Formats: sequence, C-alpha cells, structure tokens
Amino acid sequence: MRRLFPHPLLSLLLFATWMLLVNQIKIGSLVMALILAIIIPKLTAPYWPNRPPLKRVPAFAAYVLLVMWDIVRANVEVARIVLFMRNENIRSGWLAVPIDLKTPEAITILAGTITMTPGTVTSDMSSCGRVLLIHALHAPDPDSIVQDIKTRYEARLKRIFE
Amino acid sequence: MDQIVEYLLAALLVIGGLFAIVGSFGLLKLPTMMQRLHAPTKATTVGVGSALIASMSYFWYFEGTLSWHELMITLFLFLTAPITANFIAKAQLHRAINKEDLPPTGVGKEWATYDPEVTAVSPVLLNDRDPG
Repeated sequence: MRRLFPHPLLSLLLFATWMLLVNQIKIGSLVMALILAIIIPKLTAPYWPNRPPLKRVPAFAAYVLLVMWDIVRANVEVARIVLFMRNENIRSGWLAVPIDLKTPEAITILAGTITMTPGTVTSDMSSCGRVLLIHALHAPDPDSIVQDIKTRYEARLKRIFE
Repeated sequence: MDQIVEYLLAALLVIGGLFAIVGSFGLLKLPTMMQRLHAPTKATTVGVGSALIASMSYFWYFEGTLSWHELMITLFLFLTAPITANFIAKAQLHRAINKEDLPPTGVGKEWATYDPEVTAVSPVLLNDRDPG
C-alpha cells in the first residue's frame, strides 16, 4: 500500500480532481482516476524529495475557509480603493515581512495567501528564505499589515505544518 | 419560488460583472505597474467566482444536475493567480525597480532577485540530483 501510494493525500487529491473533471461516475473514469492517482505521484516524486506532513487536516480546512472569506473582503477593499480613491492619495509601498515558517510548502501557501488577500502581493523573498517582500496597494500603517499577516495566517500555518 | 431563485442568480451575475469591470477599470486607472497588478489579481476573483456560483446553482436548481466543473475552475484560478502575480512582480523587480527602493531584508542577505548567488535553477534542486 505504501509503495503503491507514496503520497496518499496527493493521490486522493488527484483522484478527486479527475472525478470532478469527468463529472460523472462511470467504471471507466474510476479506473482512469486510479491510474492517475498512482502514476503522477510516482513521476513527480524526484522533484519533491521531502514530503511535508499535513499534521492537522481539519485546521487546514478551516484555514481554506478563512482565506476564502478574506478573498471576498479583499475584493471589496481593492474595488473600493480603485473606484473611490484619488491616485494621489493611494499610498503604495514595499514591506519586508520576516517569517518563522521553515517548510517550503507552508511558505508557498503563505505567499499565495498574501497575494490573494487584502491589498498585498508577494513579490520576492530573501535568498535565505526568511523574509518575504510584499507590495501593498494602500498601506497607511505598514506595521499593522505585517502584524495581521503574522497573526492571522502565519500562526495558523505554523500550527498546521510544523 | 422559481422567480426568486432567478432573481438571486441574476444578482450574482450582475455582481460578478461589476467586479470584473472594476478589475479592468483598475488596470486603466492606477498609475504604476505594481499598483496595476493588484486590480486584476483580486477584483476579478470574486467576479469569476460569483459567475461560477450562479452557473452551478442554475444547473442544480433548474436542471437537477450537480456540475462540479465550476469548483475545479475556482480551484485552478486560486492556484494560478498568485503564481502569475508573482511572475509579473518578479519581472518588474528585474526590469523597472531599483534595488535601493526596496526595504532592507534585515537578515544580512539580499532579496533573491538581486542576489548573485541565486542562479536560475534552485541550487537545492541541483544538489539533490543524482550525478549519474
């Protein structure tokens, strides 16, 4: 079992993705989904040497819901800035956010979350991987944005992955 | 009942359309490239999202079939939008933005874009590769 599915969560995800793409339950698509769930993890394993342990799956589900809600908020926020603020008043700026996360996958998710949520885009990271460079669309108070990222997202990801 | 659902779905479509238009308007209105990056990465996710929710609910309510493709579109959108945004930001860092304009990293290392030690391919990957 372990040899057939070296990465059970990825296999499950691929299986579900294929079934949802096909959009119907037939024996043929079940077999195809199973084949993909076995082959793709095996083929991609060399590029992914250390599999991250996803320690708390329910916490991760809660995180996904939180991020979705924040995406809706971010949309309204950015729409408000675009529509109702004069360009001179928009104070954009760069922020350096030091991060404590060590797992590359967790950092990737954090960077993606930052891009999708209120007025911030992840642009770069330091070459040692401990600081993220973030561009904020409207940042009258940069420290509060950094604090928000650290408490709202990073703390949760740390609990999920590390 | 049918009519109420129709109105709800129509409202979703209109909201989606409004957000999509705001995203495009932001592209025109905002003055710098980095600011323009914000409008389409965010304002359009809700635009596409609510159109997809409307489509899903329509087929579920009126046709009695549950369509999962919309969920997949949302998933792929959420996976690809941050990566695209990151690529564009990175290209901007290389082409149009000076190193001096960025805040210091504060840990004694450069931002990866400007660090000469960071090559196109991650050195970690190179080290892991079997030489034979």
